[in-house]
Amino acid sequence: MNIRRIFALAYKETLQIWRDPRSLAIALLMPLMQMTLLGYGVSLDIKHVPVCVYDQENNQQTRGIIGDIVSSGWFSISRTLTRQVGIRHAMDRGDCIAAIVIPANFSRRLASTGSAPVQAILDATDVNTTNIAIGYLQGAIGEINAGIDAQWAAAHGIQPSQIGQVDLVQSTWFNETLDSRNFIIPGVVAVILALVGAQLTSLTIAREWERGTMEQLISTPVTALEVMLGKLIPYFVVGLVDAVFCLAAAAWWFKVPFRGSIMTLFVTTALFILVVLDIGYLISVRIRSQLGASQVALLITLLPTTLLSGYTFPIDQMPAPIRALTFIVYPRYYVTILRAIFLKGSGLADLWAPSLGLLIYAVIVIWLAARAFQKRLD
Amino acid sequence: MSATAPEITIRTQGVSRSFGGVLAINKVDMAILQGEIFGLVGPDGAGKTTIMRMLAGILAPDSGVISVDGVDVVRDAEVAKRHVSYMPQRFGLYEDLTVKENLFFYGELFSVSRKDRLARSKELLAAAGLQPFQSRLAGQLSGGMKQKLGLVCALIHTPRILLLDEPTTGVDPVSRRDFWAILYNLRESGVTIVLSTAYMDEAERCSRLALLHAGEIRHCDTPERLKQAMPGALLAITSQDPRALRALIADRPGVLGVLLMGDRVHVRVDDPSRRIPELTTLLAAQGVADAVITPAEPGIEDVFVALVGAQTPL
Repeated sequence: MNIRRIFALAYKETLQIWRDPRSLAIALLMPLMQMTLLGYGVSLDIKHVPVCVYDQENNQQTRGIIGDIVSSGWFSISRTLTRQVGIRHAMDRGDCIAAIVIPANFSRRLASTGSAPVQAILDATDVNTTNIAIGYLQGAIGEINAGIDAQWAAAHGIQPSQIGQVDLVQSTWFNETLDSRNFIIPGVVAVILALVGAQLTSLTIAREWERGTMEQLISTPVTALEVMLGKLIPYFVVGLVDAVFCLAAAAWWFKVPFRGSIMTLFVTTALFILVVLDIGYLISVRIRSQLGASQVALLITLLPTTLLSGYTFPIDQMPAPIRALTFIVYPRYYVTILRAIFLKGSGLADLWAPSLGLLIYAVIVIWLAARAFQKRLD
Repeated sequence: MSATAPEITIRTQGVSRSFGGVLAINKVDMAILQGEIFGLVGPDGAGKTTIMRMLAGILAPDSGVISVDGVDVVRDAEVAKRHVSYMPQRFGLYEDLTVKENLFFYGELFSVSRKDRLARSKELLAAAGLQPFQSRLAGQLSGGMKQKLGLVCALIHTPRILLLDEPTTGVDPVSRRDFWAILYNLRESGVTIVLSTAYMDEAERCSRLALLHAGEIRHCDTPERLKQAMPGALLAITSQDPRALRALIADRPGVLGVLLMGDRVHVRVDDPSRRIPELTTLLAAQGVADAVITPAEPGIEDVFVALVGAQTPL
């Protein structure tokens, strides 16, 4: 291995990247754009679920209950109905996904029997949203019940603490606000870097074949390893800049709490970028046309990364064979690492397993890519 | 040429190569001597590029032995590449790099010292007339300048062997002259040059030629001896309408071949002393009054057609 040749290749490649401002701009702006789209677009929280309200009784007490439900923040009233059939219409038009019906004798029943029903009708075409909405509703009703109990107790001169009850005291760690964005954004960063990184290098060898410069390059004593290292160095810098962009956006724009060390973040991110760039390089070596290489890079990174990296769909919930498959989906390691660094503040010692996964991946891919590059035309 | 017998620098034995079942090169044997300018001559598709690529070690033969500078290219291509420079037919340098940057890059690939690189690029750029364009992007050079830059880059590490695949195709006459001046200089310093060409006038400048047709070397010798080996003698006939003339003469007795050369036809005959009067009579009888028949020196194109029996593209 000859350091001078590696540097010559790296310098040449840098000049070429620099002289192609359009692709450089794409390489640097694309991640930010994707970050914005995915960061805002993907959220598992459901806020302001549109509900219709059909309050048959419509007195101070029932209005208070509806007010309590809305003030939880999870729901907002899209329509107030006066007839039962209005619910069906509203759901058909998509004005609401839930309807709350309070019967006409609500107050009387509550006063006489101590309990009264509130009906919730849900549009279950989107099961996930429906389940979450039910959860929120139950939570809201629970709060209302507690309020009613407290009022009753006060009215009867009993201290609330004297009522026997078991309280569940929840304490959520690492993502205290239970904001799914804190969980998603680190995954988004991993997905974007995996996609963009492979795109960056997928063109580099294919371009030389297409432009006819490869024929002359392979007639020199340069080795396959030198070509790979020389070409990866400048893209590694571009990849790191992309990573800085995305991670900074995650921490400052999306306000994901960052609790880990910058050093751990740097080491693991560098390792991940190395893997990602080398995957693109390997594709470029095997497929000698730019268009083909770029499409293959997209194909083999996009689907596995979005579906199997655990960035939206929890790996623990997958059936065993699919779960086994995720071990070859390299972004899963980085998704795990990033979440742990951001939310738990984990260090390298805690993250040895996914880091080792990335390292093994890097070694295998570098070995494959170095072998795949043949200094022959056929 | 030195007094001692020059060594064989490149040798091929029984080299064959096919692409997708089609035989492109068929059992090629060559022995190229140190310090000669060896020309591979033949029409497009004759197999020139395939041979050049195999000599450069970037294409493996199906069978046969290739040795370059004492190294078995089929087995140790990487060793041979240290002292060989190859200039592909298609421009192989980086168009988005400047002249100077391309030179730097290829100098570094061959580990040329900074001092040597600067001295050598100065000298080579001057010889190629490229000095004023050092900071120009290679993609913005003219066709001739590109080829000269290719040559300069190929020479930056002082190779022992230079392989040039159709180096002057599409090159203007002035650039071509610069190009050849550099090649002659190299030969003086003992560099072995192999070049392929479809230009017959260029072929004449080579010290030895291999006439290549359909993947086989049909003849291999110096241009002079090839001309002597041509059967028959050559006549040139000028006329207003050379095409009509060719049609008229082609099937006459004693006419071995007729070749259209711009405003003239080259007619190869078995016995000029007998055929000149015959042709004169014929042309007069056919009313071709302006025709002038003179004995002519054969060019490589005439020789190629006569010896190989095929029409060259030019």
